[in-house]
Amino acid sequence: MKFLEGSMKQELAKFFVFAAAVFTAPVFFKGGYIVNVLVFVGIYTILAVALNLLLGLAGQISLGQAAFFGLGAYISGVLTATHAANPWVAMVIAAIAVGIIAFVLGFPILKLKGHYLAMATLGMGIIVYIIFNETVDITGGPSGLSGIPNLSICGIIFNTDMKNYYLVWSFAMATILLSVNLSASRIGRALRALHDSEVAARILGVNVRLLKVQIFTISGIFSALAGSLYAHTVQFISPASFGFNVSIELLTMVIIGGLGSIYGSFLGAAILTLLPELFRTFQDYDIVVYGIVLIVITMFMPGGLVRGVPLLARFLLAKVKSGLPSEKRV
Amino acid sequence: MELFEQLLQYTLSGLSTGAIYALIGLGFAIIYNSTSIINFAQGEFVMLGGMLTLFFHITLGLYLPLAVVLAVVVATAVGALFERLAISPLKDAEPIILVIITIGGSILIRGVAMLLWGKDTHALPMFSGNEPIILMGAAMMPQNLWIFGITLIIITANRFFFHHSISGKAMRACSVNRIASRLVGIDVKRMMLFSFVISSAMGAAAGIIIAPLTMTSYDVGVMLGLKGFCAAIIGGMSGGMGTVAGGLIVGVLESLGAGLISSGYKDAIAFIILLIILFIRPQGLFGKGEAERV
Repeated sequence: MKFLEGSMKQELAKFFVFAAAVFTAPVFFKGGYIVNVLVFVGIYTILAVALNLLLGLAGQISLGQAAFFGLGAYISGVLTATHAANPWVAMVIAAIAVGIIAFVLGFPILKLKGHYLAMATLGMGIIVYIIFNETVDITGGPSGLSGIPNLSICGIIFNTDMKNYYLVWSFAMATILLSVNLSASRIGRALRALHDSEVAARILGVNVRLLKVQIFTISGIFSALAGSLYAHTVQFISPASFGFNVSIELLTMVIIGGLGSIYGSFLGAAILTLLPELFRTFQDYDIVVYGIVLIVITMFMPGGLVRGVPLLARFLLAKVKSGLPSEKRV
Repeated sequence: MELFEQLLQYTLSGLSTGAIYALIGLGFAIIYNSTSIINFAQGEFVMLGGMLTLFFHITLGLYLPLAVVLAVVVATAVGALFERLAISPLKDAEPIILVIITIGGSILIRGVAMLLWGKDTHALPMFSGNEPIILMGAAMMPQNLWIFGITLIIITANRFFFHHSISGKAMRACSVNRIASRLVGIDVKRMMLFSFVISSAMGAAAGIIIAPLTMTSYDVGVMLGLKGFCAAIIGGMSGGMGTVAGGLIVGVLESLGAGLISSGYKDAIAFIILLIILFIRPQGLFGKGEAERV
């Protein structure tokens, strides 16, 4: 379960190809609904990469990522909509505040392992979700918080899907680049060591406890930034967007894409965001189809799409090659 | 005196929801011990129990005890089918992959239930009468007695099965060491199936006995499942009394918190208790501290 497949040079090349594809993609779509959906793919890519740093790189599960996502969104939202703060300032405050929260919570939470860790992070997510619902005076409660302003820079207001696409994806690309760099660094190697064996890492002089908390904090900060972006692009937030099911969806994105693969996280985010849109035509059946697709992909591609799709392609190619002569015989 | 009556009232209702959490938690623990999977579909069997009883009793007009039995049978069949179709075929998958499959299964079961029975909330009739029993100033429904009685029977039967029958002992052997169990001739695959059968039957039973008190709908399984998970974690993921105690603790404290502090934070209270317990004792309240093998 490596986080980097090739050398740093190859990784950078891969990154630039991906960046080029991302930034030219809207030209082919010429705006429209798909760009709107791709904005959300960008936001979920940030979230999935953030979780993947924790789960794929450091081997620590979190079922409460939606809490950091929601805290980022609500801190940004409340500061700008209620207190008329500058959106950029609000975003920075949100990131710092969530970073501090994650750091403080990280020490007791990451002492836990396995299903205890899963349960503690899950509990954290649910508690935060209930707080969003119950503090009606601040958050607006279940009916949500509206009137959140768009971000703007040098007079350009990010108020169309196309502008938001470039805004969100700039952040997403920065997240990906930082994550690639991080996993190639000394810290990344230490994290991989701790993934394989905590005891061995500790013997080699890695401060395991601090390192786990640090990666938890980084993951939280990325998620908070995604939350701020969400708040300022959608301009309306309600607790439903940050519930337990969102944490679960993020976990599914990481696993379906491929645990430990950064571009896999993008694939997972893209698939899980696009599927419900495609299934809209099934109306009420969409949840059933979604469940089946989830089971089938996980069953037949346990290594995730990044590993499963090339395997499938090779398999089909071999089938086609061996299938042709036998057809001639008939 | 008034405060005492209130406390008694909250404790009584807390004990009966706690009994439900205990049953669901035992289901989690049984599956976890024989497969290393945290089965996120556990709550859906609880929902299926309630909804199927409703369907057989109200829609088809069957006699209630018959409807209850049929509901448990169908829910158990769904559990067994799920294990055979989605869990069993994956031999060497990592537990996390299987956990994702149970999440998919949970979404699927919930979706089918929504299609079949709609999104409305329904109430199942009480098993025997709506006359509350007054006990030292606290009111209790006969249904609460049903809950205590049935939970007690299930837990006793469970204990008997795991300690005094060959299959039960084989399942406990699997939870200690799967490879060694296979070497002594235990059919590990079948034990995995058994664990799903037992857990879904217990979940369904829990869903049925609580439905007359709390109403039921297609999405009732999520929160109940998570609370059951809480109970199992507090009990140290053991299939025994630790989980039962965990369920009762969560149920009572949650009920007291909701009554005395704020009902809006009722669900949060259960998880705050859980976090406090985990922070103080990382292996659960009743779990044994384990030396890690390197």
